[in-house]
Amino acid sequence: MSAGLMIYNVLCLAVPFSVALLLAALGENFNQRAGVFNLGCDGIMCMGAFLGFMVPFSLKATPWAAYGNLLGIGAALAVGAAMGVVFALVTVTFRASQGIAGIGLQMLGWGLAGTLFRHFVGGVTGVEGMAAIAIPGLSKIPFLGGVLFNHNALTYTALLLVPACWFLLYKTPWGLKVRAVGTHPRAADTMGIHVDRIRYQALMLGGAMAGLAGAYLSLCQAKMFSDDLVAGRGFIAVALVYFGRWSPLGILGGALLFSIAQSFQLSMQVWGIKFPYEFAVMLPYVLVIVVLALARKARQLGPTDLGKPYNREMRF
Amino acid sequence: MNRNKVLYSGAIILAVTLIAALLVALVLFSIGASPLATYKTILTGPLSDLFGVTEVLVRSVPLMLVALGIAISFRSGILNIGAEGQIQMGVIASTAMALAMPHAPKAILLPAALMAGALAGAVWGGIAGWLKAKLQVNEILSTVMLNYIAAQVYTFLLRGPMLDPNELETGSGTPQSMRLPELAFLDTLVPGTRIHMGLILALVAALLVWMLLWKTTLGYRMRTAGAGAKAARYAGIPVERYLIVAMLMAGGFAGLAGAVEVSGVHHRAIEGISSGYGFAGIVVALFGALHPGGIVPSAVFFGILLIGADMTQRSASVPANMVLVLQGVIILSIVSAQSFLRNPYAQERFFRWFGRFSSSARKAGKGVQS
Repeated sequence: MSAGLMIYNVLCLAVPFSVALLLAALGENFNQRAGVFNLGCDGIMCMGAFLGFMVPFSLKATPWAAYGNLLGIGAALAVGAAMGVVFALVTVTFRASQGIAGIGLQMLGWGLAGTLFRHFVGGVTGVEGMAAIAIPGLSKIPFLGGVLFNHNALTYTALLLVPACWFLLYKTPWGLKVRAVGTHPRAADTMGIHVDRIRYQALMLGGAMAGLAGAYLSLCQAKMFSDDLVAGRGFIAVALVYFGRWSPLGILGGALLFSIAQSFQLSMQVWGIKFPYEFAVMLPYVLVIVVLALARKARQLGPTDLGKPYNREMRF
Repeated sequence: MNRNKVLYSGAIILAVTLIAALLVALVLFSIGASPLATYKTILTGPLSDLFGVTEVLVRSVPLMLVALGIAISFRSGILNIGAEGQIQMGVIASTAMALAMPHAPKAILLPAALMAGALAGAVWGGIAGWLKAKLQVNEILSTVMLNYIAAQVYTFLLRGPMLDPNELETGSGTPQSMRLPELAFLDTLVPGTRIHMGLILALVAALLVWMLLWKTTLGYRMRTAGAGAKAARYAGIPVERYLIVAMLMAGGFAGLAGAVEVSGVHHRAIEGISSGYGFAGIVVALFGALHPGGIVPSAVFFGILLIGADMTQRSASVPANMVLVLQGVIILSIVSAQSFLRNPYAQERFFRWFGRFSSSARKAGKGVQS
């Protein structure tokens, strides 16, 4: 096999692998920019993945079947936003410690998805999922066509969301408010910005995007649901936000790096290079730790009030 | 001294439990199970006979050990979420140690196996502590990642180098290690049940942790580092060093829990041996107010919950994942209640609101009467 073909194969796999990480990390970026560190992202993805699977699965033999995928995505967005509100209630209104609260939300989402799945479905069942749409014309471009323009609708959406999130964060009044609230909430408050309200909105948006990321996993990537489908991708997404230095473009780079590593590892097995399967699975998690250790200087670029609850009644 | 404070936080924990139970009842209701019947099975089922009681204690041993370690780390200002991986490392090391010298006398073999487990857990926890102290790597993320890594190392070893040779020849290919030599077993406390010496070990450990945290200089420094890193640094306490020490201890306790599970219950390394003790330990520690005196009863309570959840899975067809939901809800409620307790403004507002609410209710009641 020629080297060019090898690279082509790796990249063709990498783009779809990156989507779930990309969506979740772009959402988490809004949370962190607003000053809230949402480790519950993983749990939200679990619930999004479950609903993204469950809705089309239960609509299979009904007249609604044609809209199943769409409704599933809608349900995943809604449950993500709802869990974002729950997290906001705990960390913004009650000002609880965000780290532990995030672990609580993760357990809740993970457990709830598993419970509901076992109760309503039980065994392993597939769904049809979303088909790839080749973009006419563009998909015929050699090399790039296969890598970029022959995917399902959610992949295109995720890639388009990168500039959209950038625009929202840097070029709109709301984005400015989000950044202000995460950097200096007291100053923002003095200027008449409702700190808590903006944080609620950011957490809802971030949650919805994490839910969408989950739905992508079950509807497009695996085309089924299981307890360990998400497998810590929510935590990787949180790490990607650090790695991407809180910018959508950086996050895209990080997500691609991770997915290239993953697809490279899969391709190596296809090419017959033997090494224990467990070490291959381990690779992304090791990569996260390395990336976090290298990205420590980046902390200074992040929102300064990240992780600190804001209390306008506190005098000092 | 602070009897009121203890009563107050007791009342809060009770309120939190009730709120959590109500929220989970909603979930139970939505999947068509009767919340009351389910709770009754969970809470009374495990205690219906002596065997059930001892099984609850068997479950509470690892929970206690893990939660003690987590309490040390949380008190020192570092959030250890990695107990699950540290347990697995402890299981591997203690199994390997016990299998390496099958002919040693019990007085050497058993302590060596337990120590090996604790040491391996400490190393696994220490990695996260070192990363936090030297490279400012967020400890929650690194411990979560180390959990996933440990799980893979564990399966790799059980399916490869540590696989029982008998399984290859005659067995079903179940991934498990060789059976430990009997000299490496922890003695059974009550004949005919599975309750073992590990319970005594865990209770002694609880006492030692209390003494460490509240009666020694080291413990005082660790708590100071956790309560306010900046102030501690001004007082000349090398905060970073104590972060590492705390993670070494937390990992050591989790590793010990794994070693105790092997030598007290399963007698060999099997897949799924930790069965979520690492995560449940976090809830146990928080529920026990990060204090050994609270952790011991809270570990027994969660032992009941874990066994009860298994029972409802069989009798009421409520999936055992329900325990995770309950744990998540309890964590969210506890941290909310804690910050409420720390915030006098919020309490004052709440009581003012509550007072207005109750006085207007009284007025409304009077209106009806007259």
